[in-house]
Amino acid sequence: MKFAVKALSSGKARAGVVHLGSCPSSIETPCLLLSTRKGLPIFISPDLLSSLPSPDSNLLQFSPLHFSEGPSPKTISSIGGLHQMVGLHEYGFAAVARDSIQCLPECGSTNKTGASFETPCGRRLIKPVEYMEMITSMKPNLWATLADEVPAWANNKRNKTSVDRTVKWLDECIARSPAGGAVFGSIVGGSNIEERKRCAQEVAVRNVSGYWIGGFGLGESMEERPSLLNAVTDNLPKDWPRMICGLGLPEEVLQGVAAGVDLFDSAYIYHLTIGGFALTFPLDRTEKIDYNYQLSDQGSDRTKINLRATVYRKDATPIVEDCCCYTCQNHTKAYINHLLNVHEMLAQILLEIHNTHHYLGFFRSIREAIKEGCFEQFQKKFVQSRREHLAADVVSV
Amino acid sequence: MALRFEVLGRFNRARAAQLTLPHFACQTPLFMPVGTQGTIKGLTTDQLEEIGCQIILGNTYHLALRPTSELIDELGGLHKFMNWPRALLTDSGGFQMVSLLHLADITEKGVTFQSPVDGKPMLLTPEESIQIQNRIGADIIMALDDVVRTTITGPRIEEAMYRTLRWVDRCIAAHKRPHEQNLFGIVQGGLDPVLRDICVRGLVDRNLPGYAIGGLAGGEDKDSFWRVVAQCTAALPEDKPRYVMGVGYPLDIVVCSALGADMYDCVYPTRTARFGTALVPEGVLKLKHNAMVNDTRPIDPTCACMVCKNYTRAYIHCLVTKDAMGSQLLSYHNLYYMLQLSRNLHSSIVEGRFVCDFLQKMFPKGDVPEWVCNAMDVAGIDISSCCSS
Repeated sequence: MKFAVKALSSGKARAGVVHLGSCPSSIETPCLLLSTRKGLPIFISPDLLSSLPSPDSNLLQFSPLHFSEGPSPKTISSIGGLHQMVGLHEYGFAAVARDSIQCLPECGSTNKTGASFETPCGRRLIKPVEYMEMITSMKPNLWATLADEVPAWANNKRNKTSVDRTVKWLDECIARSPAGGAVFGSIVGGSNIEERKRCAQEVAVRNVSGYWIGGFGLGESMEERPSLLNAVTDNLPKDWPRMICGLGLPEEVLQGVAAGVDLFDSAYIYHLTIGGFALTFPLDRTEKIDYNYQLSDQGSDRTKINLRATVYRKDATPIVEDCCCYTCQNHTKAYINHLLNVHEMLAQILLEIHNTHHYLGFFRSIREAIKEGCFEQFQKKFVQSRREHLAADVVSV
Repeated sequence: MALRFEVLGRFNRARAAQLTLPHFACQTPLFMPVGTQGTIKGLTTDQLEEIGCQIILGNTYHLALRPTSELIDELGGLHKFMNWPRALLTDSGGFQMVSLLHLADITEKGVTFQSPVDGKPMLLTPEESIQIQNRIGADIIMALDDVVRTTITGPRIEEAMYRTLRWVDRCIAAHKRPHEQNLFGIVQGGLDPVLRDICVRGLVDRNLPGYAIGGLAGGEDKDSFWRVVAQCTAALPEDKPRYVMGVGYPLDIVVCSALGADMYDCVYPTRTARFGTALVPEGVLKLKHNAMVNDTRPIDPTCACMVCKNYTRAYIHCLVTKDAMGSQLLSYHNLYYMLQLSRNLHSSIVEGRFVCDFLQKMFPKGDVPEWVCNAMDVAGIDISSCCSS
């Protein structure tokens, strides 16, 4: 794996390029890692994946825990690793034990031998040895070391233990590191600035290729997050990539970018999709804020629409007029509304395609703003315009 | 009449033909996936085109409930609504009513039933069924028939057969778009050859664009099943398509094609996929089985579909019944299998070879069921090379 920072804006936000062995093209950062279940998107089948913008959509994230009920590491090895097993040879895979959709850290059951997660197969305790066995058989392009993540309200003692444990497990994981595959050292520390700093400093001196920032999206507030993020990134070398988990919403992503994070996963697309929502917020950075109240905007916050709403029953227009995703090029809001009403799986497939496409567009706008040196304004304007829409709706209703 | 049917090759009674419909020129024998509610579960229209799907079946009953035929009409018809450029067929709605609803009752007027929405008594007449189908806009529409299961005996079957003929006249009268939509009549009559014969002749007199053989695929024994198909195909006109409704298993399709049928529909491939079962030349493969956990072979090494080219049984096993993707991938494979079977039937009839390949793979020990041997006898096809006895 190769990474290089190409541009900076407002001090910390960086635009960079990451190159992974299996991907034919380099991928620009900040970038989005697409969520998968067992290596494939949750709804988008592999032959439809190629309809998403490339190479933006070529980075996928999975948790080794997805395979706790099989196939075995031995079988996965004999198939040739994850890329072979899921037939996505030209994609990049990032392995992280935590996945914000279905492998949630269960800190109460984590102990000195391993990290506990709530998974669809029940609660699983995974030890560094087992974790590394899975990593070795799956051969992801990059992987995070096993971490002990605690929620924001954990007490100081528990939090401190989590940092000590995470660093210890980092060393155990590195000792069993397979050849090939970039190690991302995990950094935790909860909502304690000092612990965050301490952990970052410990990991910064380890022999890793990048950093995975854990413990976010577990109860910390929007207000306290920037200083916690900075406590980490201020203590990391600038030349290695930083990946984070748990910052899913656009505003949260922007906070991460402002602190110097490069790679993001997100459960946002999944939750929108299963809720029947489609993203519609404007991606064009020069668009003026439009306060015209339209009937079809009723109930929407102008960032997304809920296609279950009866107002879309006969709407023969695409979700977003000039969107070039497969869904908008081929189908109407009326059709998706019908599919949702009759509980047809195709609804989620079409929504995941559009939402992923749209969110990748958001990341593209972020990169453009950084390269133009105006990221700070971009972030301010974005956050403000969403608040103003809400204010306008309150007035007009 | 809004179709052309041209036979391109024969193998005794089996025919390979081109069926040209308003939206697509199809090759028969063909299999129609069932897209109940305006979608094939879990597949996009692009994928369906990719695997060679020619016609999709839509269920009038479900579509009339949601989103309603009026809405579909207002938005330009079902083709436009679901963005399917190829052919569509809708059934009459009658079968679903009888099979899905409590207290559905059939009178001369039509099918009376309780609305599943609010329990109000409602009536589906032949006229109403055709009007709904006119609004949906499919290339082929089905006459409302009085369908009775073959497992029932007695005077009800005769009553249903005659009523079907009377209703077909009402359907013809109500049909507003004969130049864009082809109205097929459905042969009823249970397992009684006399009744079937009367029905066939009655329908042929009406000179419809195509004919379906209905009332089968409902639990009758295989021996009775093939005999009804054989009788009907022998009596129906040579130059019009013959559609055996609700069929079905690959073996049944091969036998019916040998006997001279052209079109089939069934929920089996997609439904069985959602239960983790794949269709393979040897029969079925249950991906849910523990034996699959570490099996690194593809589902079917002879299959050229995206699923078999990229995935192992072990991987599919970990998906099935747990993740939506499992259903999608298996449905994709199963439909590919059925459509490839259709293509093979078409080309093997044209090339003058037929059936034995299929039977040899499905019955490698030569234990071909007796009903199949009897049917092939009548079809005039020599399968002695496939049978051990």
